[in-house]
Amino acid sequence: MTDPAARIMTRGLRTSVAALLGLAGVYVLAIRFTPVEARQGMAQKIFYLHVPAAWCALLGFSLVGIGSALYLWLQDPRLDRFAAASAEVGVVFAGVMLTTGPIWAKPIWGTWWTWDARLTLTLFLFFLFVGYLALRAALHDPAERARFSAVVGILGMLLVPFIHLSVYLFRTLHPQPIVLKPSAPSLPPEMLRTLLLSMAVFTLLYIGLVMLRYGLAMAEAREEGGDVT
Amino acid sequence: MPETLRLALAVAGKDIRAELRSRTALLSAIVFAALVLVVFNFARDPTALSAADLAPSVLWVTFALAAMVALNRAFTIEREHGALDGLLLAPLPRSALFGGKLLANLAFVGTVEAVTLPLFVLFFNVDLRAALPGILGVTVLATIGFVSVGTIFSAMAVRTRFAELMLPVLLLPFMVPPLIGAVQVTARLLAGRPMSEMLGWLRLLALYDVVFVTLCTMVFPAVVDE
Repeated sequence: MTDPAARIMTRGLRTSVAALLGLAGVYVLAIRFTPVEARQGMAQKIFYLHVPAAWCALLGFSLVGIGSALYLWLQDPRLDRFAAASAEVGVVFAGVMLTTGPIWAKPIWGTWWTWDARLTLTLFLFFLFVGYLALRAALHDPAERARFSAVVGILGMLLVPFIHLSVYLFRTLHPQPIVLKPSAPSLPPEMLRTLLLSMAVFTLLYIGLVMLRYGLAMAEAREEGGDVT
Repeated sequence: MPETLRLALAVAGKDIRAELRSRTALLSAIVFAALVLVVFNFARDPTALSAADLAPSVLWVTFALAAMVALNRAFTIEREHGALDGLLLAPLPRSALFGGKLLANLAFVGTVEAVTLPLFVLFFNVDLRAALPGILGVTVLATIGFVSVGTIFSAMAVRTRFAELMLPVLLLPFMVPPLIGAVQVTARLLAGRPMSEMLGWLRLLALYDVVFVTLCTMVFPAVVDE
């Protein structure tokens, strides 16, 4: 257990397993011990997965942007590896967000998808980072891959406000934020508790998966003959 | 700054001369744009949707696809025979090199757009006379935005496998804000709406240009320097 890559991967695996157990707890809590929403019924339960997944996807993508900017400045390969790991995990969470959303929207809105500002923004974020990963996969030289993907990461971070601005002018159907809003949260305390617990569990899962992927990237870098720090 | 501009113009001049001598890429891009316009005509049911309603989006989808084809070429010519190494060894700042490639791409995409616009009037039977200055203005604003991002991505895409596929996958999300803005402004221009209804979109387009031209100039060295 002296190999740093294996050590990080073991820690990542333990964290992920703990988070998955926590996730099972969240299911039990959401279905058995949290009140059923009066108008939406059981469909509302998906909220405890959808919102935390969206939070983790946005967290992952923001950290890709920050990691990319820092990489171009400091030229530390660890930052590139972190950005790559975060992008991959972010895409997975974005996938969860983009599948749970329509499942909820069909019974509640009567349609799977709508070109609402928020939906469009997150869909394009997803495309942007799929492109980021495709670019990484299409480059062989580790230094070149790191520089190019950092450029895409930075430009992507600055694209977000523009997409948001340009699609915001369409009328919005998506529920407005209920936790992070200027006045007090309007969610009943039991629902808020389940949501916050679920967000904590998802964040832990994000950390665990990024650690796993980061350790794997370290091992890959060693295979490619790069310096491993 | 005038020195940087002079060097940028020299780089752009070189690209434009090289293009004018062969003309293959320019002609192919124009034919491609014309074909896209023709195909659109078969994809619409004229009894259900009038040409004028569809016109703004057809125009901009055609411009976007033609620009993509044109941008794919931008660094391919530098890659052949190691020409990019020569440019990088030349005593000119990276910002001038980026500016030059951007100007050459703008000239290239602009030419394709200039030929496509009359064809669009012809095929879709829209009356552009009143809206023409406005359409030219919004075309310049939107084109600068996506061509600057496209120039950076084109420089990266030529280094990858599947270069022709990589550019659209990377660039299309970045084309969304300029395209939405341009389509909205074009639709209002064709409908003869007052300027006040377009001002917000024009500001968004101008802001996009300022942010992305600046940013692309700043990150360009990371794309070309080893």
